[in-house]
Parts: sequence; structure tokens; C-alpha cells
Amino acid sequence: MSESVRVACHSGAGASLRRIRAILRRHGYLIVRSPTRIVSMMYYPTVTMVIWGFVTLYLAPTNNFLRDAPGLFIGAVLLWDLLFRGQLGVSLTFIEEFYARNLGNLFVAPLTLPEYIVGQLTISLFRALVGVGGACLFAYLVFDYSIFSIGLPLAAFFANLVVFGWAIGLAMSGMILRIGLGAEELAWAAVFVLAPISGVYYPIGVLPTWLQAVASAIPSSHVFEGMRSVLIQGVFRWDHFWIACALNALYVTLGAAAFGWAMRDARSRGTLLQMGE
Amino acid sequence: MLTHAASDAAIVVSDLAKSYGAVEAVKGVSFAVRSGTTTALLGGNGAGKTTTLSMLLGVLTPSAGRVTVLGEELPAHRHRVLPRMNFTSPYVDLPKRLTVAQNLAVFADLYGLRRARERIAEVAADCDLTGLLKRSYGSLSAGQRTRVSLAKAVLNEPEVLLLDEPTASLDPDIGDRMRTYLERYQHRTGCTMLLASHHMGEVERMCDDVIMLREGRVVDQGSPQQLLARYGRENMEDVFLDVARGRADERVPGGATVGTAG
Repeated sequence: MSESVRVACHSGAGASLRRIRAILRRHGYLIVRSPTRIVSMMYYPTVTMVIWGFVTLYLAPTNNFLRDAPGLFIGAVLLWDLLFRGQLGVSLTFIEEFYARNLGNLFVAPLTLPEYIVGQLTISLFRALVGVGGACLFAYLVFDYSIFSIGLPLAAFFANLVVFGWAIGLAMSGMILRIGLGAEELAWAAVFVLAPISGVYYPIGVLPTWLQAVASAIPSSHVFEGMRSVLIQGVFRWDHFWIACALNALYVTLGAAAFGWAMRDARSRGTLLQMGE
Repeated sequence: MLTHAASDAAIVVSDLAKSYGAVEAVKGVSFAVRSGTTTALLGGNGAGKTTTLSMLLGVLTPSAGRVTVLGEELPAHRHRVLPRMNFTSPYVDLPKRLTVAQNLAVFADLYGLRRARERIAEVAADCDLTGLLKRSYGSLSAGQRTRVSLAKAVLNEPEVLLLDEPTASLDPDIGDRMRTYLERYQHRTGCTMLLASHHMGEVERMCDDVIMLREGRVVDQGSPQQLLARYGRENMEDVFLDVARGRADERVPGGATVGTAG
């Protein structure tokens, strides 16, 4: 064998990073070759933000609450979209492989599932930054609202929402691997089930008591409670932050475990080479 | 002869079985593939060829039995041996929106190749793809895509190459070039090839050994010359038909090796 072509060692951090880079390249090429994908990443968050921006302009003159915290709705919609983009970025990365019938090629190469997941999460982060970043720019240009006015807590909210999106996206990837592309619609819609109990636009306190208990078990409700606390009272609630972090640790572990189980199941059922459109 | 105890074997399969519920796709198959040779896995549709190849690739977990490739047991140690293997299969495809060069660059990274650009140029020249490197994979004809798939398969200079109908969609001219390329590749690198094919001319030309499968079992095996002599046939196509249609016992004096090889 020609050692000038093949590397001497396929294990270790260097080899692992190259395989992760391969996944980033594969999706990077796809995005760069398709400008409509970049536009579509920004389209939905921008349109939603514009709607809530005008709702704020309409209600603010008659509402002290909004007059004091004019960024409440716009900030909420931008942060909510981080969660959505985080989830969608992970799920879509996987769905792309399905449509391309490329899963067999990837997993017959020395790629491990953890390496693939790191690639998925990195692409998801990029998609979330581009999508919500575009909407943030429009919010500043159209409504003179800067998401950065939230200050340092923004980083805490950002991290918790994106990571929760990853957890859902990994679980959805596992579901698609188990069920097939019939589950694609679920991948798009999964996060919206959580919207009513996340308290995106209203406090969790308005929910029925039993639903408040459910809401307290998801990280996003703690993030949006924390956001309102920062915007209305000017206080960063560490309790909400730490609870969201702990819940995220649990859900990401569960999401990755679900994906891992689905991969083992696909190897057992022989579907890995045959999955596709 | 093929024996699963062969000490110079690159692939050793022992009592390999795969069931999907009540359906037994592969039923206790055993064989060995000698290092540096080409072996054909022949059988009709549903004979268990692709299932066997999938287990050799580590993407299908066997229900029972053992698979050893280059001394490493699969699927337990697949990450040690996968960098030294590669495959082509009609069941997989490459991303259509990426160019040929981009697709190959992704796999160069996945296999951790040194001098990736040079290697891609080299493989593209060998597979007559140089003029197509900047074209999107989706814009290529079926034959061109098969060549890209083959280029992907030899990109990492594999020591073991599993080929599932590698020339199925190629015209005779390109098919012949690809066979010549694979023969030269094997001569240069000493690669071991396991080939599932329905092209009997390809089998006679390329293969040192043949394993005949029917209904998930090995029903006969030997070199093409041995099989032709045993069945009293002029070509492998007739041997294939004898085995596929269950005429082996009529053709082979004393009965074929049905059941004993597996």
C-alpha cells in the first residue's frame, strides 16, 4: 500500500477532527452552492420578527408594560427562533443525508456517531447564527431594537436555547432513522409543541397549575422567564439559568442516547444502506 | 480452494447468519477470501449477497457467526478496519448538489488521506473523470456516476474492496475500462476484492474464486474453471442458471457441494 496516500493512524484527535471537518465540508459546500438555502434560513425568523415588531408598535402607546420593555416581543421571537433553528439545523443535516442516500457511504467510512453528531451540532450552530443573525439585523434596521441590549445574559439564553434545540434535533434524527422520511414532518413541527408551555410571550404563571409543572421541566420556559426578568426588572435570575443548564444536560444526553439507539437498531435491521428518498 | 481456515485469508466468514424476524436471509454461511485475490459472490436476487456484503462492511449486525476482515473482528472492531476497506453499492449514492471534486474531497477527509488533492486528481484520471471534476454529481449520467462511485471506493487505496454490481450501469466500453482499472489496481496494490455481480463475463475474467449462494446458503464454490468442469458447462452463465434453478444435482456427478460448503 502507498503510505504516501493513506495516513499512518486513523485514531486520535487529529483523525477525528478531519472526519468532523468532512461533515462540515459536505454541508458547507451544499450551503455555498445554494444561496436560496441561506435566504430561507433568514426568511422565517425575519418575517415573524417583523410581525411582532409591528404588534409592539401598535400596542406600546396604550400599554405601560410594552412602553417600559419595548423589546419584549421582538426579543422573545428572536430567542424562540434560536431554539427552532438549533433543532432544525440538527434534523435537516441528517435529513439531507437521507435524501442523498449517503448514510451508507458515511458510516462505512471510519466516521463514528459522536463525530457525526459534533458535525451536526456545529452546522446547526452556524444555521442558527445566520438565520437569527439576519433577523436581528432587520430588527435593528426596522425597529431600532438591538438584541444585544439584553447584555451578557443574552449569552446564557442563547446557549441554553441552542443546546435544547440540539437535544430535540438529536431525538428527531433518531426518530427519522427508525421510522424513515415519514417522520420528516415531525422533525419540522416537534419544537412547536413546546411553544405554549415555554412562555415565549407570556409568563408561565398564566398556565393552569398542572401545565406549570410540565413547563418547569423544560429548559426553554426557564430561559423565557429569565428573559422577562432581565427586560422588565433588570435582574438576571441565576436559579432559572442553572435549572435550564441541568435540564439541558439531561435532555442532550437523552437525545444523543436516542440517536445512538436508533443507529444500533438500523444496523440490526439492515436499513442503513437502504435508507433514502 | 476456498477454506474458511485459510491462513492467508483477508476475509474469513464463519457460520454467518442474519434473520429478520422469522425470515432467514443468510443461513450459516462460511467462506474465506484469499489475500490479493478476487472472489465473486454469485446468486439470484434474494440469495443473500447484499446481506452478506453489508455484514462484511459492518453496517449490518449478524444474528450469529463471525466475520474477520484483515485480522479484525467485525462489527466489534470495525473502526480499526474500515479505514483499510471501501465499497461500491447500488443502494447508496452521493450528494447530487456537490461537484465530483467536492464529493471526493469530503471522502478524502473522512479517510484521513494525505495529499488529498493529488490523490483526487490521480483517481479522477484513472477513472476518466478529470473533465467532470467541476460538474455537479447530479448532472452526470448513470455511467458517469458509477465511475465516481468507483473513484470514491479506491480513493483511500483500500486493502479490501467490496464491490456490489460495480459495472451494472456501464456501457461495454466503459465497463471494460473499469475492469481493466480494477485489475491493474489489484496488481499494483495487492488488494483483496469480493465482487457481487450478475455479469458472468466479468466473473470469468476477474475472479480467482466463486462462491455460489442460494436462499441464504453457500451451495457451491471453487475457481471458475473448476465450476465449469464440474457442471460440464462452457460458461459461467449456464453454471449460474444450474445453481439458481436447482439443477446442480442433475449436472454434477455425485451431487454438488450443496449444504456442505456453508
